Amino acid sequence: MEGLPILSTMMLVPMAGAAICLFSPAALARWTALGATLVTFALGLVLWSNYDIGGAQWQFTERAELFAGFSYALGIDGIALLLIMLSVFLMPICILASWEAITKRVGEYMAAFLFMEVLMIGTFAAQDIFLFYVFFEAGLIPMYLIIGVWGGDNRIYASYKFFLYTLIGSVLMLIAMFWMVAEAGTSDIPTLMQYEFPPAAQTWLWLAFFASFAVKVPMWPLHTWLPDAHVQAPTAGSVILAGVLLKLGGYGFIRFSLPMFPEASAQFAWLVFTLSMIAVVYTSLVALVQADMKKLIAYSSVAHMAIVTVGLFAFNVQGLEGAMIVMLSHGLVSGALFLCVGVIYDRLHTREIARYGGLAINMPYYALFFLLFTMASIGLPGTSGFVGEFLSLAGIYQTSTLVALVSTTGIILGAAYMLYLYRRAAFGDQKNADAAAMKDISPREWAMMVPIAAVVLWMGVYPESFLAPMRADIAALDARIATAAPASDSNPMMGTPREHAANALEHTASHEEGAH
Amino acid sequence: MDFAHSFALIAPELLLTGAGLALLMVAAFSGDKAARLVSILAVAALFAAGFMLVPGLHFGTDGPETLAFGGLLRIDSFALFAKALIYLAAIAALIIAPAFFNSAAAGTERGLRAEYPILVVFACVGMSVMVSASDFMSLYLGLELNSLTAYVLAAILRRDLRSGEAGLKYFVLGALASGIILYGMSLLYGFTGSTSFTGVRAGLEGELELGAMFGLIFVMAGLAFKISAVPFHMWTPDVYEGAPTPVTAFFATAPKVAGVALTARVVFEVFGGQVLAWQQIVMFAALASIVFGALGAIGQENLKRLLAYSSINNIGFILLGLAVANEAGAAAMLVYLFIYVAMSIGSFVALLMLRGEDGALFETFADIRGLSLTQPAIAWALLLFMFSLAGIPPLLGFYSKFVIFQATVEAGLVAFGAIAIAASVIGAFYYIKFVKVMFFDEPAGVVTGKSGAAHWALLALTALIISPLGYLLTPSLTDLAAKAAGALFLAV
Repeated sequence: MEGLPILSTMMLVPMAGAAICLFSPAALARWTALGATLVTFALGLVLWSNYDIGGAQWQFTERAELFAGFSYALGIDGIALLLIMLSVFLMPICILASWEAITKRVGEYMAAFLFMEVLMIGTFAAQDIFLFYVFFEAGLIPMYLIIGVWGGDNRIYASYKFFLYTLIGSVLMLIAMFWMVAEAGTSDIPTLMQYEFPPAAQTWLWLAFFASFAVKVPMWPLHTWLPDAHVQAPTAGSVILAGVLLKLGGYGFIRFSLPMFPEASAQFAWLVFTLSMIAVVYTSLVALVQADMKKLIAYSSVAHMAIVTVGLFAFNVQGLEGAMIVMLSHGLVSGALFLCVGVIYDRLHTREIARYGGLAINMPYYALFFLLFTMASIGLPGTSGFVGEFLSLAGIYQTSTLVALVSTTGIILGAAYMLYLYRRAAFGDQKNADAAAMKDISPREWAMMVPIAAVVLWMGVYPESFLAPMRADIAALDARIATAAPASDSNPMMGTPREHAANALEHTASHEEGAH
Repeated sequence: MDFAHSFALIAPELLLTGAGLALLMVAAFSGDKAARLVSILAVAALFAAGFMLVPGLHFGTDGPETLAFGGLLRIDSFALFAKALIYLAAIAALIIAPAFFNSAAAGTERGLRAEYPILVVFACVGMSVMVSASDFMSLYLGLELNSLTAYVLAAILRRDLRSGEAGLKYFVLGALASGIILYGMSLLYGFTGSTSFTGVRAGLEGELELGAMFGLIFVMAGLAFKISAVPFHMWTPDVYEGAPTPVTAFFATAPKVAGVALTARVVFEVFGGQVLAWQQIVMFAALASIVFGALGAIGQENLKRLLAYSSINNIGFILLGLAVANEAGAAAMLVYLFIYVAMSIGSFVALLMLRGEDGALFETFADIRGLSLTQPAIAWALLLFMFSLAGIPPLLGFYSKFVIFQATVEAGLVAFGAIAIAASVIGAFYYIKFVKVMFFDEPAGVVTGKSGAAHWALLALTALIISPLGYLLTPSLTDLAAKAAGALFLAV
């Protein structure tokens, strides 16, 4: 594969697909979109298999001076690699999820999704700060259309809210970027990651970036766009929102806020912790009382992403790795949960939990998958959720006992609302005849569920595959921010050492004497 | 004084003047029958005049050899850049006109009148003089030649009440603005004893006297009128709405370029030594234009009125580049102008294509409901223009804001830039309303008319420029703008 600009190719394929879809009838558009996303996924596998673990930090770099003011520079490290893999993995599944659910303006819909894929790959692969911004911000256009054209009843309010919220956050970041580039004299991200900005300026820069990423993640109290956008978006739109777009915020923290402004990150860690703690508890409680399935999962996303931010600002390797794994896991699991909702929504056209019940009787396979993803969301050992949450919480425990304590309640509350949801939907009596008459999942739905389930279990049982590519990058990041790490409030006390080991035998000495 | 040299410098203006006079004769003797021929010849003349600018633009011209007629005009790269944009905008305004005037859209006065292209050509001569003025006398001559033709253009549909009203309003307020500028000029002359830019600048050295300060403020206020910057923007929505749409497209582009270029020349060449005196004025006008342009647009139902507010909003961003008061800011302003002209022409062409079966134009939000289903090509093009005007990447409109804010931040005006960019989000609200109405609402189904090839070609061309492919233009565009801005500052 030497010489092939694989990252550009990965963006070119969906781009070409989008152009074809825009002008094709429904059936052709569906197959084109599926084909394009599968080819991109295959290219993604090639990318992963050629990624040299332990090699150079930035691989597959491409550079062309096409524009005035910034350059077309691509390249990935392990962190970007995994997030790109997540995007290209979810994309074909999104197309499948929309196969029958979308009946109007299919060509435009598929084009919007493929364009979205281009932008997501571009965001993760960009090595120029302004190129990153272009990709990051451009996602507003297709997402606005996806929510607005193919969304639910209240889609217009949701689409406006999504657009304006995200835009306000991002423009301040742009101003900060200009300042940084003027100061450092380059817009190259790897160089900026090593640049020492004056601590006083870091405060402002960090806040400007925070404004953007906190909206994207989203962090409480800026999360209110998310439930609206999720609920109104079509199923595949929700999958992409939860699966990848929220990760842009986390990626932003890990790529920009932490390495570029380590001092300010430490200075504001309390802010992140406070907001995250509120988010974990508050949104979990809100999720507990939702009557709408999608809304419930949307609120659970906010809670899970709070675990991500907690882990990121723990300033140690476990926290960072945990945050990354939670992001990947949440991308898969919440995506899968939205698909599960989509499956029954397609049949009954309601997301009200009370309308379902006893689905395990008439849809046993569906119930099985739903259970698996529910458990993964809770963080059951053996699923991906456990690995990420455990690492994150282990990381934060070293920094703050209080934050670890409060965040862990989120896991318990998570179990509460997810199990409560599952009980009401899948167990109990078959209250409604129409819900009881629903057919079990079709081969197309099998094809959507099985890959995600397999990866969720893989990540849960053998997380090393996912930790290995990013280990060196996380270590480098940790080394960069270690000096700025905030003081820990966990004070492990050295106890008085015991005289003997706990299992020492009292009479050993006398016994030896007797032997004389 | 070397007249041959001076005439060589103003060759494009001479060509346009000659063409305008000759075409006037043609029109006088053969009437409106010859309107089409006159249009074509006018476009050819503008093309030829534009072609003459190419060598100067490419190699860059500045310094003393650009002065013509003893310092009345300065034909440097800056003037050439502005002129090129003006001619392009004028050509677009001529190309889109016949389909409008020859259809039911023109009401009871169907038929393109032969005066229209001639007036546009003369307006271009006026604007050429404006952007190359380096003396208050030539400035005023250019300004008035442009304004007088513009008043007639606004009222060219004589029997249409709205058009007449627009012309009258434009005339009254425009004359007032001209008067204010003239008064400011006379004050400056009184305090410095000169009308040439360099002379006035020399006379203003040191502490600014109160009278001269008044002169400065009057001149700035008059110019703000001409470019419709807040708080002197009130005439814009009425004139834009009332004037025939091709004329509105013209007003939104060419005179804006000329006005902005003139303002830049005046503030840098005349008041360049008194930056602090005018910088606050421009900063205020910039922020106020961004905010009020955006707020005013929110409640509008009429699309032309909305685009009028949008142009006020855009002037705010352009003034932002001026407020930076350095070469980078001026270059950013020129890049912005180019992209703004492309976006405006595109949007107005799209509006001109919203025709009913009988050719009548639709111009309210209610008419474009669900346009994406009935006229997908127009709807997608409008979507691109609106997102581009809102400054959303990857469209070229983002690049225009990008260069402006980069210049602002690099000059150290971080807080100013942050406030302005936050205010730009208000503008996004009504731009995405366009998209919402066209894409999310149920079709109204009234836009059924066909549009001519000229409209489609212009729409495709402008859409292509503002699409992500337009970024490939940015290196050469930046290069030209940098040369132009360099010439402007060399003149100081």
